[in-house]
Amino acid sequence: MKFVDEYRDPKTARKLVDAIAKLSSKPWNIMEVCGGQTHSIIKHGIDQLLPEQIRLIHGPGCPVCVTPLKYIDKALAIAAQHNVIFCSFGDMLRVPGSRQDLLGLKAQGADIRIVYSPLDALKLARRHPGREVVFFGVGFETTAPTTALAAYQARQLKLTNFSQLICHVRVPPAMEALLSSADHAVQGFLGAGHVCSIMGYHEYLPLAEQYKIPIVITGFEPVDILQGLYLCIKQLEENRHVVENQYQRIVTQAGNQPAQQLLRQVFDVVEQDWRGLGSIAASGLALKEEYSPWNAEQRYAVDAIDTVEPDACRSGEVLQGLLKPVNCPEFGTSCTPEHPLGATMVSSEGACAAYYRYRNHD
Amino acid sequence: MTEPKLNCPLPLNYEQIVMAHGGGGRMMQQLLDKIIRPAFDNDILAQQHDSAIINIPANRLAFTTDSYVIKPLFFNGGDIGKLAVCGTVNDLAMSGAKPLYISCSLIIEEGFAIKDLQRIVQSMRASADEAGVKIVTGDSKVVEHGKGDGLYINTAGVGVIETESSILPNNIRTGDAIIVNSDLGRHGIAIMLQREGMDFASAIDSDCASLAAPVQALFDANIDVHCLRDLTRGGLSSCLIELAAVCGRQFEIREQGLPVRQDVRSACELLGFDPLYIANEGCFVLFVPQSQAGAAIATLQKHSNSQQAVQIGTVSEEHADGRVILQTAMGISRILELLSGEQLPRIC
Repeated sequence: MKFVDEYRDPKTARKLVDAIAKLSSKPWNIMEVCGGQTHSIIKHGIDQLLPEQIRLIHGPGCPVCVTPLKYIDKALAIAAQHNVIFCSFGDMLRVPGSRQDLLGLKAQGADIRIVYSPLDALKLARRHPGREVVFFGVGFETTAPTTALAAYQARQLKLTNFSQLICHVRVPPAMEALLSSADHAVQGFLGAGHVCSIMGYHEYLPLAEQYKIPIVITGFEPVDILQGLYLCIKQLEENRHVVENQYQRIVTQAGNQPAQQLLRQVFDVVEQDWRGLGSIAASGLALKEEYSPWNAEQRYAVDAIDTVEPDACRSGEVLQGLLKPVNCPEFGTSCTPEHPLGATMVSSEGACAAYYRYRNHD
Repeated sequence: MTEPKLNCPLPLNYEQIVMAHGGGGRMMQQLLDKIIRPAFDNDILAQQHDSAIINIPANRLAFTTDSYVIKPLFFNGGDIGKLAVCGTVNDLAMSGAKPLYISCSLIIEEGFAIKDLQRIVQSMRASADEAGVKIVTGDSKVVEHGKGDGLYINTAGVGVIETESSILPNNIRTGDAIIVNSDLGRHGIAIMLQREGMDFASAIDSDCASLAAPVQALFDANIDVHCLRDLTRGGLSSCLIELAAVCGRQFEIREQGLPVRQDVRSACELLGFDPLYIANEGCFVLFVPQSQAGAAIATLQKHSNSQQAVQIGTVSEEHADGRVILQTAMGISRILELLSGEQLPRIC
């Protein structure tokens, strides 16, 4: 597979592992921001190949995991309404809300459908003019542009039976929030390649400078991740702290300008709650005032929903890199993919789910 | 004044199934006589008895049943009818039986196009002929519109076991070679892409096929087959995990040796799926002594749906709970686990 197999080549990976071992003179803690990278690291066993003194910390970059419980509950409340076709990405259906999950609601008869894009939901709305179609838009800057495009097109088409429940979040403010906390242990970042393919990496330059921390924009294949780690450790060893781009085949500094323009046109940057991380200034995207008719939160008045966080769940600490999934007392006992306490055990990009699937017998 | 048209008040020539097609009256007879019996025509079915009376020349019988519920009903590489016949034939073949007779029970939704039904029963007949089995008995019911997905099919099958060997998970031995006959994941991905309306540069077709012939060829070549299992829902991983637990052994498979077509791999990458857990309909895994692995692979490769036959691993040692280890390309090993629920497409 061109442009994939080359980045999974065991010989290249081995050379990079050796180079990292030779380079590392002391312990370093590096956070991979993106859940896709976490998944790849655990699946391919990259953490097992590394020298012991290189510690990988799993970051908050799983879109399902960071979506606050209140949005899951809002989604459930909207999806339960008569005449609604509720659409979302597959991963969201399994996340437990305060009382149940979307899959359970579907089994009870709600019309809940998996879509691959918000534009598929838009098509459904055009095909079923007598039904209300609601799309649940979650995720980072990677998925936000197509949500924006769906809102834009719905407005152009004056489509009145389509609306969106939006919980999109931005990565750089979350990285800054982590760096601002007193007890963080992060010494270097692997930046999320997919996010940067849209947004570029100019937003990371002040972060690296202000917090004196190396940030290496990194891809998702084993060789990408090892090369990203090598570049990051090299900076640490040389006491440098700049933004480097390992993922040059996809990412440019400026990013995808039309997508960014669309985001600015449709969304306002707002303060946003993150599951496990709390409220972070300027970290969310919300539909602008002129898109209110397509805002499901306003259309269905679901603000007053009462949420109940599970007591035992320590997803928040996992998302901040303070707790390794296998060190959680609930991991694999009262918290499993069949009976998850929190989103990190549900999502395919969640750190707990990755450990459970690939390391349950460690 | 125009003359009133004098025609039959009973409209017998429908283009779609109506409730009366399941009512036991003339319309049901017409459906059976015009569509179903001609498609399956054979001397046993022609008896039109309450049961099919069949002579079975053996002392060991294999008997199985399965129901087929699939959307879409027609897909690249097959349809629900082909799937129903091949699925039951394959269940018999995996027990080491030579498939002989199958039944066909149709649950049809009111409004279903009769031409589609005709196409499906003809596909069943073609698949039965190819597998050397006869459809000898059956049933049809019509359910109200909205109470079914067009068509459900249940098939049962009987076959005779002519081989002296017992082909069972408990016969898997330490040191056995683990072989698959074909590439992995094609059926599940073909269905998924078609269901979601995703276009790919090359159409991915289902591997749906009868496995009776390649299995018979193994017996004819005197291969000492210890166990056979077709890789349907849950794919290769789920099948191996289940077998390892039953026989109490550890299986070791090599990621780099697994046959997965490039377009299937690309689709899996795109959707966030693991091809090891994707459904197949023309794949099976077999366990034979390592000394016979080469002969088994050479025998399989003579068949059109088994040309990718390859050894993917080995039964390495006893293990109380059973365990399947994947040696990854990166040089580490990880334990394969059963999936929790369905694989769902990831967000990004």
